[in-house]
Amino acid sequence: MDVINLTIDNKPVVVKKGTTILEAAKGIGVHIPTLCYMKLEDLNIENKPGGCRICVVEVEGRRNLAPACCTEVHEGMVVNSHSIRAINARRTVMELILSDHPTDCLICAKSGNCDLQNMAHYLGIRKIHYEGEQSHYRKDTSPAIIRDVDKCIMCRRCEMMCNEVQTVGVLSAINRGFNSVVAPAFEMNLDHSVCTYCGQCVAVCPTGALTEVDETGKVVRVLSDPTKTVIVQTAPAVRAALGEEFEMEAGTLVTGKLVAALRRLGFDYVFDTDFAADLTIMEEGTELLNRLGKHLAGDKEVKLPILTSCCPAWVKFFEHQFPDMKDIPSTARSPQQMFGSIAKTYFADKLGIKREDLVVVSIMPCVAKKYECGRDEFKVNKNPDVDFALTTRELAALIKISNINFRTLPNEDFDNPLGESTGAAVIFGTTGGVIEAAVRTAYELHTKKELPRLDFDELRGMEGIRKATIDFGGIPLHIGIAHGLGNARKLLEEIQAGKSEFHAIEIMSCPGGCIGGGGQPYHHGNAEILKKRQAAIYREDSKKSIRKSHENPYIIKLYKEFLGHPMSEKAHHLLHTAYFDRTEEKG
Amino acid sequence: MPKIKLSDNTINIIKDICAEFQNKESELINVLHKTQGKLGYLPAEVQEVIARELNSSVARVYGVVTFYSFFTMIPKGEFPISICMGTACYVRGAEQVLSEFKRQLKVEVGESTSDGKFSLNCLRCVGACGLAPVVTVGEKVYGRVAPTQVKEIIAEYREMNGAESKIA
Repeated sequence: MDVINLTIDNKPVVVKKGTTILEAAKGIGVHIPTLCYMKLEDLNIENKPGGCRICVVEVEGRRNLAPACCTEVHEGMVVNSHSIRAINARRTVMELILSDHPTDCLICAKSGNCDLQNMAHYLGIRKIHYEGEQSHYRKDTSPAIIRDVDKCIMCRRCEMMCNEVQTVGVLSAINRGFNSVVAPAFEMNLDHSVCTYCGQCVAVCPTGALTEVDETGKVVRVLSDPTKTVIVQTAPAVRAALGEEFEMEAGTLVTGKLVAALRRLGFDYVFDTDFAADLTIMEEGTELLNRLGKHLAGDKEVKLPILTSCCPAWVKFFEHQFPDMKDIPSTARSPQQMFGSIAKTYFADKLGIKREDLVVVSIMPCVAKKYECGRDEFKVNKNPDVDFALTTRELAALIKISNINFRTLPNEDFDNPLGESTGAAVIFGTTGGVIEAAVRTAYELHTKKELPRLDFDELRGMEGIRKATIDFGGIPLHIGIAHGLGNARKLLEEIQAGKSEFHAIEIMSCPGGCIGGGGQPYHHGNAEILKKRQAAIYREDSKKSIRKSHENPYIIKLYKEFLGHPMSEKAHHLLHTAYFDRTEEKG
Repeated sequence: MPKIKLSDNTINIIKDICAEFQNKESELINVLHKTQGKLGYLPAEVQEVIARELNSSVARVYGVVTFYSFFTMIPKGEFPISICMGTACYVRGAEQVLSEFKRQLKVEVGESTSDGKFSLNCLRCVGACGLAPVVTVGEKVYGRVAPTQVKEIIAEYREMNGAESKIA
């Protein structure tokens, strides 16, 4: 291996050839500030356009300053990361960026979480010496994401996420010089584009240029309406991340405090999306077994592999980009929508109230869930099954403005009947979890035998595409897992080409699955946070006394009292859906 | 922007150009250049076909089209009028000539008249500084143009038939 010797701030360093100055400095604990640069280790996600020039350093013998993030080291290099020239250049660059940036930090949605604000503070900027024209663009509001590109600093992180990681291709830098900005083609609104609302652009945006649609105000209003019964469901990944908003260590499980906080906010019943995740497994698992049974009986028409359908961004992705395959995914609705559907029928009946008087709020790690609950097929007489979907971040904001001291809350339990769940449901929150949960149930329903083990380590991890074969009582079941839509695309193209080896594939749009969702507390490019959330999810699973969906007593009761059996006519009506060809909608 | 429907013929022209460059995304600029040469301009619908053929995103194609001032999404008139804004022409009154064209044609720079007859643009130096200020209409060059001549120049082309818009 070729090694390079250099010195950074008078410290000798030995690194591999091809290493950047930034990485070499990091290795010896020298912090070089960066802004546009972002790297999520182990997820193969890196943004280094060398655009912002905050990371410039002085290199002896080099005429100009070198951007540390994208300059490779060379033998004998002498780097000074804080020469007066480098510091002045950095501060000038920052002032120039700020001279074309609104200074409404006090009321910006990103305030306190803004990389630009943090960097201005880090560099000690107290005055902007440059005055000039400021860019003004139309604000673009979609069902899930708001683009306020006056705040765009052209770091290109969103563009990288949208194109390279997700391969959705909605966002691109357009125009030139002062007029350049990141926008959809022809500057159309996001809701006219093929945007999936995965929210990964929001997750990486360093400023307030991309944010979720804030619906906390609407939720506060319904909570104070005495004529409404307001219930809440909370997705599995929320409990593994919400604590971060309250300065708790990443990966802290806050399930009990989350329930307590929701109760104090005034929700009449605090339920768990995990209950609906168990229900999803019953339906999706049965569908898998049905298709598999037909396939084994020699039916050539049956569609395999079956694809999971829990993720609304993934659903919108294939509706736009692979409409010819819209009969392959499971028809099972997502847990959020199954919950809403059951709440506004089964539970409303139990309470003896009309569906219009029951308001369902969901807390999601996701911004696409806002779009999903607004889809027409999830409404009855224009009344949506789920009224509002808040992100983890919005919930944190709501808790803060309601004077609830989250850290000192006691642990409380979910209400019944829609609050009981199993370990299989909680792992829905991470890549690999849905398929593992499905395997636990489908195996036992198929073989009529108890699983010898519950942890399927071969399905777990952070690899973008994973595959495993599970022995299903003599039948080898080939399973594929993809997270990130670019990885999903690869598996879809295999299916299209007739080359797929899989029986079942799990797809989640966000890198890491829902733990890395677009509505989660900002990770600021630190992939360790995602890994800690993932570990927390598996910890919660292993602590649960029931870890298989079909053993959830309230699920058994729901089928007995109301639905009949999985894939029954009623289940079809309430828990399944159809997909649409959206190729014509674009443009 | 009004929607246009491309004819099969136009779509085939674009497809052929893309194929000529092996449908490679890396050849995007060449494809755009050649397509504009054939069709006169690059409206949204044309960019969509190119994106599809090159397996690229429309956003990326649009990004390139808007980056280079050479590419245009607006059809040029039958008679494209350009006023030189180079230093020599500018100091000899090109701006007043331009204003007069704007006033008479009722268009801004970069636009076309509603009948599609004329389009108005600026350019930088045609290498005829001795004739400043210079105006070109199509291939024809007019030198030492005064604002008072603008009316005459326009009249010359009013009744003439020029190149038809090439996107049918």
